[in-house]
Amino acid sequence: MTRYIVRHLAGLIPVFFGITLISFLVMHLAPGGPSDISSSMNPKVSYEARIRLDKLYGLDKPLIVQYKDWLVRVVRFDFGRSFIDDRPVFDKIIEKMPVTIFINLSSLVIILAVGIPIGALSAVRRNGLFDRFSAVFVFAGYSIPEFWLALLLMSVFGISLHWLPISGIKSIDFEYYSLPLKILDVARHLVLPVLLASFGGLAGISRYMRSSMSVVMRQEYIRTARAKGLPERKVIYVHALKNAILPVITILGLSVPALIGGSVIFESIFAIPGMGRLFYESVMARDYSVIMGILSIGAILTLAGNFIADMAYSFADPRIMSGGDGR
Amino acid sequence: MKMRVNKLAAAGTVFIALIAVFAIFAPLIASHDPAGMDTRSVLSPPSREHIFGTDPLGRDVFSRVLYGSRISLSIGIIAVGLSVLTGIFFGSIAGYYGGKIDYAIMRLVDIMLCFPTFFLILAVIAMLEPSIYNIMAVIGLTSWMGVARLVRSEILTLKERDFVAASRIMGAGGSWIIIRHLIPNAIGPVLVNATLGVGGAILIESALSFLGIGVQPPTASWGNILMDGKATLGVAWWVTVFPGAFIFFTVLAYNLLGEGLRDAFEPRLKDRS
Repeated sequence: MTRYIVRHLAGLIPVFFGITLISFLVMHLAPGGPSDISSSMNPKVSYEARIRLDKLYGLDKPLIVQYKDWLVRVVRFDFGRSFIDDRPVFDKIIEKMPVTIFINLSSLVIILAVGIPIGALSAVRRNGLFDRFSAVFVFAGYSIPEFWLALLLMSVFGISLHWLPISGIKSIDFEYYSLPLKILDVARHLVLPVLLASFGGLAGISRYMRSSMSVVMRQEYIRTARAKGLPERKVIYVHALKNAILPVITILGLSVPALIGGSVIFESIFAIPGMGRLFYESVMARDYSVIMGILSIGAILTLAGNFIADMAYSFADPRIMSGGDGR
Repeated sequence: MKMRVNKLAAAGTVFIALIAVFAIFAPLIASHDPAGMDTRSVLSPPSREHIFGTDPLGRDVFSRVLYGSRISLSIGIIAVGLSVLTGIFFGSIAGYYGGKIDYAIMRLVDIMLCFPTFFLILAVIAMLEPSIYNIMAVIGLTSWMGVARLVRSEILTLKERDFVAASRIMGAGGSWIIIRHLIPNAIGPVLVNATLGVGGAILIESALSFLGIGVQPPTASWGNILMDGKATLGVAWWVTVFPGAFIFFTVLAYNLLGEGLRDAFEPRLKDRS
């Protein structure tokens, strides 16, 4: 087990270097380099800030040296300072992270809790009424622009019906609330964002679960279970479901980047102070060090998500560990 | 099941053709100049004069949606073309040559897949400027990984087949075999992927424009009309509902067509899923 984990971790090292290299190269896409474009596009950047930036990134040195220096900093989680308020980038990101992670985790829970039963039920009654209904739902989920859905929901539940707040994560008089009211207040603010964040992923997971379950239902051990007289309910919910869920774990790991990326959209629509909104604001203000920091951290989070999914998968299915590198 | 899916795919095709006609003949169909402001009818609801109503500057939403379809569709199609070409290029080289080349290309794929797509696209656009061409290039160059994996796995099995060995014995070089024999045989799944990809690219473009980082006003795109819709939400539902519905149904049409093609190209899959 330990050897397996170590070997797997070692495989991540080239990917980690690749992530930092690409983040670095993106920063140098800008004509004239980051300090030039930031000062010309953003009048708020002072001459001193530009000099500091040049020095920070060592922009007078050869590219390869610059990359090496940057890498050394990144490993120590030092992404420099923001142009806007001169605070360390890492601190700015870390304080915004909990909201984003909380929303994404909640939507993951919803995706699993709703998507797996939908997929399993449509596989069990293939081409039945429920299957057809869920197929419509899946296609709609794949095709609907999330921000449009957000606008529609905002206008119905927020503006017309006044049921839910439409921006921020707490009310203005939040500080005066008692604890239960505070929790309720935050929950009310997060209902729409979490639902929206789950919507796209829900379609994907339920579809994937359906095909995984269909494959499992044709396996011989299912026939065996039926042949030995187990009730159908037990065949489906114990034998089939357990095996069909396994591949879904991997897909879940792969859907992390889409979830994190989607946070830009719903956090800026609902004015939620999270990583996505910070990223959006940094892009609008061309705050390069923050952009690079979030890009790298986002990718590293994804890498971690994939790694955890891989480990969970091989923990659940020990055949993988004995059979090579798990691919 | 088969009949139903194919009917849906046919409906998707008809809708795609319809939107294409709208886009191509936009100047003939549009009732107003898409940029023409009319201060006397600001935010007027749908009427005979303005069938989708007008926006905060008094521009005709229907005409803007028509002209916007030109931008949104061409970005979707060209971005996917670029991503398919890039994916085929990397995927076929990795699959055919194997070994260290394969390892390097597949690690590149892994690395690219780690970046939250939308973050990467936003970051690159922030560095360059949000012109239509940059948006096409950026969407294309950040979405080729799926195609590359697909082509690689097709080629891994194809290259062991006898007709490839025959070609090699006759003295054909690697690039000849890849272009003449391997890619044509792997094109089916790629086509499916590309059709589904057009829908995805249209969604990304509209989200970018909605955030104000995509197609820049006054050029209309489906996404940036919705930006005006957000500002007038609760006052003028028509600025939000109509362009969004165009995005939704167009993407849906591409997805239905893609699924239909998948059933046609991969009958095995239909049986399984």
